[in-house]
Amino acid sequence: MKVLMLGWELPPQNSGGLGVACYHLCKALASNNVDIEFVIPYHTTLQVPFMKVTTAWPKKYKNVIRTGLAYDSASYIDSVGDTKHLDLVQQERIYGESIEKVIDLGSFDIIHAHDWLTFRAALKLKSQTGLPLIVHIHSVESDRAGGNKGNPLIEEMEYLGLSLADEVIAVSEHTKQIIIRDYNIPANKIKVVHNSIDRDDLGEIEPENIYVYLQLMKSQGYHVITSVGRLTIQKNVTNMLRAAQKVIEKVPKTLFLVVGDGEQYNELIALSAELGILKNVVFTGFQRGKSWRDSFSIADLFIMPSVSEPFGLTPLEAINYGTPSLISYQSGVSEVLKSCLKVDYWDVDEMANKIVAVLRTPTLRQALKENAEREIHELSWAPSAKKLKKIYDRHLAEVTN
Amino acid sequence: MRSIVLYLHVHQPYRLRHYTIYDSGVDHNYFNANDDSDKNNQKLIKKVAEKSYIPTNNKLIDLLNRYPEFKLSLSITGTVLTQMEQWAPEALQSFRDLIDTGRVEILAETYHHTLAFFYSRSEFEAQVQMHKNKIEQLFGQTPRVFRNTELAYNNDLAFWAEEAGYKGILAEGWDKLLGWRNSNFIYQPAYTNNIRLLLKNYKLSDDIAFRFGDHDWEQWPLTADKFTKWLNDTPDAQVFNLFMDYETFGEHQWQESGIFNFLDDLPEKWLKNDNNTFMTVSEAIDNFEPVDYVDAPETVTWADTERDLSAWLGNPMQQQAIVALYELESKILSTDDLGLIEDWRLLQTSDHFYYMCTKWFNDGDIHAYFSPYDTPYEAVINYMNVWHDLQFRLGEKGVGV
Repeated sequence: MKVLMLGWELPPQNSGGLGVACYHLCKALASNNVDIEFVIPYHTTLQVPFMKVTTAWPKKYKNVIRTGLAYDSASYIDSVGDTKHLDLVQQERIYGESIEKVIDLGSFDIIHAHDWLTFRAALKLKSQTGLPLIVHIHSVESDRAGGNKGNPLIEEMEYLGLSLADEVIAVSEHTKQIIIRDYNIPANKIKVVHNSIDRDDLGEIEPENIYVYLQLMKSQGYHVITSVGRLTIQKNVTNMLRAAQKVIEKVPKTLFLVVGDGEQYNELIALSAELGILKNVVFTGFQRGKSWRDSFSIADLFIMPSVSEPFGLTPLEAINYGTPSLISYQSGVSEVLKSCLKVDYWDVDEMANKIVAVLRTPTLRQALKENAEREIHELSWAPSAKKLKKIYDRHLAEVTN
Repeated sequence: MRSIVLYLHVHQPYRLRHYTIYDSGVDHNYFNANDDSDKNNQKLIKKVAEKSYIPTNNKLIDLLNRYPEFKLSLSITGTVLTQMEQWAPEALQSFRDLIDTGRVEILAETYHHTLAFFYSRSEFEAQVQMHKNKIEQLFGQTPRVFRNTELAYNNDLAFWAEEAGYKGILAEGWDKLLGWRNSNFIYQPAYTNNIRLLLKNYKLSDDIAFRFGDHDWEQWPLTADKFTKWLNDTPDAQVFNLFMDYETFGEHQWQESGIFNFLDDLPEKWLKNDNNTFMTVSEAIDNFEPVDYVDAPETVTWADTERDLSAWLGNPMQQQAIVALYELESKILSTDDLGLIEDWRLLQTSDHFYYMCTKWFNDGDIHAYFSPYDTPYEAVINYMNVWHDLQFRLGEKGVGV
């Protein structure tokens, strides 16, 4: 069976969960004898042993390189060597226009497209070949807009992809319900295939934590709460800071470590001052590697208060590094992880209540940690790949009939 | 008899280097940026010495030689003096040469250019004493007139200065303070007996300090002829208090603007009239009787259109940061660690809080010109990371934090 997989990024050049999820899903599929060609919009020298990685870009550019971590941080280098920067919608269009020139269309059995960025290409190829199309939703526009009105151009693309696909995969029941709510897609057309975690892929914690200051403060009786993620409305750090103010009233020796960068960076710094907790909040900016891992392991509690999180891998990563989580109900991961505390994203009082409970009750924290550790040892991508393989098989059978 | 009272303020802060949370607890060097940024104090003091201090001092010495009536007053902060000692000894020598003429009066102020008066009276007095010692040691002169950081002034300060034995004090000649009066006379602060108040003529001062090089200003180009004509045409004046940053000459107004020619020309044009002269601040106090009391129940400064402390303490980030710093006072002082105490004092320098200012309207350009940071939020994060390190050092010494 040969699958044409349309994606936007792969680690290490990934802005977030999309690239990671695609990578691990393909890896698990490959071990189920699925032959994958994965097409991305930028040049990579990355060698992936379990699938073929192909780049799609138009002939008028000599090269396309990913220069940063955001979805749109690709540089298009033309024949005379000048660099052009295109916006995300422009990039999405030329990916769709150029894809058929770089692949052998006749060799595939099925098309599997990840998120709206690849839908234009997927629909075009489907109409040319008549192959079954599966679209895989890692996040929808209303998630990314954090409850505000999203970009109508993107919503239109999502609507077309979801409507014209033969089947839709959602990374969580939460996401499935949002697809139904936002786009009126029939529930029986959408299957949930949860994301998972590959613990072998996560770096090891070294003995010396990089947050020397926080370590000393912990020895002085302080607690540390960490959040990791882009500083956007979707991630809801605003409400976490409001809860932090209430926590600090009850437990003054509490520090909040805010890891990440984003459009709310300045606003959140100002907000922490307005709330009177500036000296209790540490902003690190974007981190990866050791400083990213150590931000989990230094914490007493990890918090992911997102307004809407299609899946949300970070609580699983946190427990891998020994730290239990408080997460919002409005997340896909809350369908998978049982041993954690949950709260509605809007409920600041309850958020504070649960944080204080963990800080004041070491046995609660310990129980959450031990049970969550047990849970993630059970987790792998294998069941998700198996579920997906079955969906492929069903569509191929229909085509053959 | 009418007199120009020229008073120049010499100051450079110790700017913080780029300092992250990963430095907190690891590296206690806050002030030495070994890079090419605008946070590199060594680079900046050398630049300002070359562009402003040395050429201006040479010009002033030349004028003192040429015109027996020419005199001026200076205030020089401890933080600029130690930077000159370390990195620009030739600039320090030029100040010594200038003061050795015996016609330059030095004013008293806080050593570290701080707002300590508003947060800790004992700390404030310690810094004034440190400054006095430094001035006596370097220049053999004991200050008799006081100027507070940023000319921040109110009735309490005047009362304090009288008790401390000063014969005069400086303030902004702000309309709200003066009412129907003007700044061209000697005044007496309300509720005092002996001390005198000299008020900055902000219009004439800012014509030189801010507008001199502004080609859009309807009075541009400003010549000494034109300027002295304005003064000569002013009826009933005793003093023209021209108070400004020393760096006006060669730094804020570049040499190309013609500022040195203006300075060179000013005494000759002014002294053409036999009734005109120059006085130091003490001479002005000795030569004229006060004409009225001035009441300052609220604090007045020389900055921004508000003329209050809002440039330093106007937003919650600034307020939280400065309160966090002064909260550490008794703990820091209890350590008897002179290095730690000095670092804490250098963090009180008002410039750090100025960089955190978010007022963008009329004064935004001025703020951006003086700031080594891209945004005020970066300034807050950098400052708080250093603050966390102070907290770390206290914790390390076993002082509860």
